Amino acid sequence: MEYGIFTVGDVTTDPTTGRTPTEHERIKNTVAIAMKAEEVGLDVFATGEHHNPPFAAPASPPVLLAHIAAKTDRIKLSTSTTLITTNDPVRIAEDYAYLQHLADGRMDLMLGRGNTGPVYPWFGRDIREGIALAIENYALLHRLWREENVDWQGKFRTPLQGFTSTPRPLDGTPPFVWHGSIRSPEIAEQAAYYGDGFFSNHIFWPAEHTARMVDLYRSRFEHYGHGRAEDAIVGLGGQVYMAKNSQDAIREFRPYFDVAPVYGHGPSLEEYMATTPLTVGSPAEVVEKTLGFKEYAGNYQRQLFLVDHSGLPLDTVLHQLDLLGEVVAELRTHDAPVVELAETSERSSL
Amino acid sequence: MKTIAVVTAGLSDPSSTRLLADLLSDATATALAQRGQEVRIEVVELRPLAHALTDHLLTGFAKGDLAAALKVVAEADGVIAVTPVFSASYSGLFKTFFDVLENGALDGTPVLVAATAGTPRHSLVLEHALRPLFSYLHAVVVPTAVFAASEDFGSTSLQGRVQRAAGELAALVFARARAGHLDQFDRDLAAMGDFEDLLNG
Repeated sequence: MEYGIFTVGDVTTDPTTGRTPTEHERIKNTVAIAMKAEEVGLDVFATGEHHNPPFAAPASPPVLLAHIAAKTDRIKLSTSTTLITTNDPVRIAEDYAYLQHLADGRMDLMLGRGNTGPVYPWFGRDIREGIALAIENYALLHRLWREENVDWQGKFRTPLQGFTSTPRPLDGTPPFVWHGSIRSPEIAEQAAYYGDGFFSNHIFWPAEHTARMVDLYRSRFEHYGHGRAEDAIVGLGGQVYMAKNSQDAIREFRPYFDVAPVYGHGPSLEEYMATTPLTVGSPAEVVEKTLGFKEYAGNYQRQLFLVDHSGLPLDTVLHQLDLLGEVVAELRTHDAPVVELAETSERSSL
Repeated sequence: MKTIAVVTAGLSDPSSTRLLADLLSDATATALAQRGQEVRIEVVELRPLAHALTDHLLTGFAKGDLAAALKVVAEADGVIAVTPVFSASYSGLFKTFFDVLENGALDGTPVLVAATAGTPRHSLVLEHALRPLFSYLHAVVVPTAVFAASEDFGSTSLQGRVQRAAGELAALVFARARAGHLDQFDRDLAAMGDFEDLLNG
């Protein structure tokens, strides 16, 4: 089981001070957050990809991840998500393989479609073809990391004749791929078909929602012969804010919650906690709620937390990571015993 | 057993919108009973769901009583939808409920549309606002839509229109075969087909 954090890289005004970080500050803070994540013993740092304000997440995550790789020793670098719809799959193959070399294999990536409508036309695509783009582009990416002299023709990209993507994956082992989706069964099916990981963002919706997608992925993973459904490779998001006692956590986080970009001005913090995975409270409460995810998602392999959003200042986020380090140490004592997975050549160590 | 969901967006209590909804649901139940069809009427009052509807707009999901109400409407064999007229159209609360109802929930569902207002001058709201809304939602809107201005509650002609509309709805509901309800996830899954076909474009 891996534990880590994922960021969307939002540049948001701190509602308690009215201060908005510059893009430069946000970018440097993101690096500091990733380094802190390693320091407190987390396993994964993942960054989103964005092409519009108010986000300072990289348009090409390998730019950020290669920099962090050079400044860290152990933490695995990933994405949340890499846009498989609007990026050229050839560039994904090249850039992430290059990152894999620079990071000595300490990376993987999560593919997603992206739900910001205008990004598609900005890159010459149509959001209504999102599923078809994800399927065709990944089919090509999958081949480019496994074959040389690729001949290929599809609907969305110019054909390839005798194309070899460089650099070749490190030691001939393609980067491990997760497929992220909130509600599209086609993507759970795609992850199952290839025997890749399936990640459910999880944090903004009730649990039933996540459970159905994960169940579908697990059953199809087994159907396609990659192993038992219960051993399918599932990742979940989580969202936490902690203080030593829960009243302080709620008092401190409420001003951020109340105006947060995703759910602000809507349900109360208490209602939202009751219906989604959000946990605002003591480290012990975070441990308890996180352990509860297994009740509907089964044993899973990766848990990523969102901790740096909605205008929370850097020192607060770094303190949250100190607490998260303690939480993760406790969660590890509850990890399911390691099961022997049928080894596939492309899996990085999970 | 057939189920009729009655969505009513009246804001006051007592509400003339609810009164019209009750006249329509009673008449529909009677018309179905005359065909020997058992029926259950499920009333969805929108006023108590107003906060949850706003939350749904902001968060993208329904919780509690709203989730239950949306399920009732999506699974109904027929729907009676009644709104007060606000600013020459359906009320915002009424529209919000149908805005957050998941795609496809009313595909092929017989719907009787009705509205209330203080003046009969708004009667065409049924034809220029409600009927296009439910056509967009792929519902089957019955030919007779029922409008009741305040003064209609003192006339005998309202009951005639109620009975005609209810008879039309009952006929469609009675004839409609429905093999279980699929939600959006089920429909997407059913429509997905074989992954190899998706791969081949």
